[in-house]
Amino acid sequence: MTRLHIDWTACDGRGLCTELLEEMLVEDEWGYPVSRDGTTEPVVPPPLEDAAKRAVDRCPMLALKLVRR
Amino acid sequence: MNSVLAAQTLLTAGDGGLDDHLSRYGRLPSLDGSQIVGLARDAELTGRGGGGFPMWRKLAAVAAAGTPAVVIANGAEGEPVSGKDRLLLTRKPHLVLDGLHLVALATGARAAHLYAPAALLPRLRESLAARGRAGLDKLPVTLTAAPDAFVSGEESAVASAIAGRGAVPADKRVRLVETGTLVQNVETLAHLALIARYGAGWFLSSGTFLATVSGAVARPSVVEARYGVPLGDLIGAAGGATENLRAVLVGGYHGGWVPADPALPVTREALAPFGAAPGAGVVVALPAHACGLVETAKITQYLAGQVAGQCGPCVNGLPRIAGTLADLAAGRPRPGLPGEAARLAALVTGRGACRHPDGTARLVLSAMRAFEADVAAHLNGRCLATGGRL
Repeated sequence: MTRLHIDWTACDGRGLCTELLEEMLVEDEWGYPVSRDGTTEPVVPPPLEDAAKRAVDRCPMLALKLVRR
Repeated sequence: MNSVLAAQTLLTAGDGGLDDHLSRYGRLPSLDGSQIVGLARDAELTGRGGGGFPMWRKLAAVAAAGTPAVVIANGAEGEPVSGKDRLLLTRKPHLVLDGLHLVALATGARAAHLYAPAALLPRLRESLAARGRAGLDKLPVTLTAAPDAFVSGEESAVASAIAGRGAVPADKRVRLVETGTLVQNVETLAHLALIARYGAGWFLSSGTFLATVSGAVARPSVVEARYGVPLGDLIGAAGGATENLRAVLVGGYHGGWVPADPALPVTREALAPFGAAPGAGVVVALPAHACGLVETAKITQYLAGQVAGQCGPCVNGLPRIAGTLADLAAGRPRPGLPGEAARLAALVTGRGACRHPDGTARLVLSAMRAFEADVAAHLNGRCLATGGRL
């Protein structure tokens, strides 16, 4: 299963991921991403894998990673 | 003598010297790596730093990581209300060092470290020198000072400190054990040293844990007991409660408030309904005249101040939680406060490199349950503990 991992030590709350992946992520009141399903490493549904890859590539802090587990 | 004190195995008198250690326990038996992992598994030995994770699984994962392993004995004990690791390192350093030697064997480690508060390092250096003279350890042990900070003992912070970076938590995308690094609490290591000598069966029937009991007790102290000990016996071993108790904090500042029920068994299962766990064995007795909300607000304020400063949700969320609790405690109530505390607790949970936000959230949620009547009273401008107006 592909999951989205957020490195919180790197994330700066720039907000690109919540725009590119709004089906999975919303912003909290400080601008940091929150997964809509409430999990720490949300599962990426197959139709969203391309969007997730784009979000990973475009994160200016390189804080997003796709992990298999 | 009551059942709690009769169970002593780690805290028997000792001067901390090697001669005393060898005359009391003898040398370690000769064991290979798989025997050591098997003993930890059969003894069901769990980590005593707070996580309670089975030691053997970590040993097996580090041994299988495929890189030269590094083993670290963690004596940082950043929790302000815990004192058991310091006492153990003072009274029984050689059991800890025996345990470190065993996990080095079990993982095929190329480097061994002991991470402890700076004040303890001079005596530990003497302990290591004595072992060297006696020809005990093949693998030299490097000493590193642990900064006095709440998160400095978190396992990725420990690994980071040993690697010469700051003692702050790291991202867990790759688990620490997969990098060949084992961080094990010093008490866990001391238990392993006894298991190696007396066997897994002995530990299952006689193994203990260390608890630091403080608050409204006659003799705040470290006591030794078996899991399942009634809460009242632990408090009794620390001289007993000095007055009626309102509640008891179990598991430390990342733990939970439980009722002051003397019969409550200190086990994972019995404490779980209260959102608490034995953790690192911290027990704080809250006297009846103290307000649980005020106490929780103070602790939360402290925890917010101990944020490592790396993760946005924790940096922003913990001060907000602390502020919410402070308003609730000090009589600046708004009707939405309890809901706001619960919302913020859920919001920060799982959103950090370490479990500092999760632990803080757990404490706050347990306080909202344990002191539910106090919350209602505070919202009406009254305090049940003081009996007066806020």
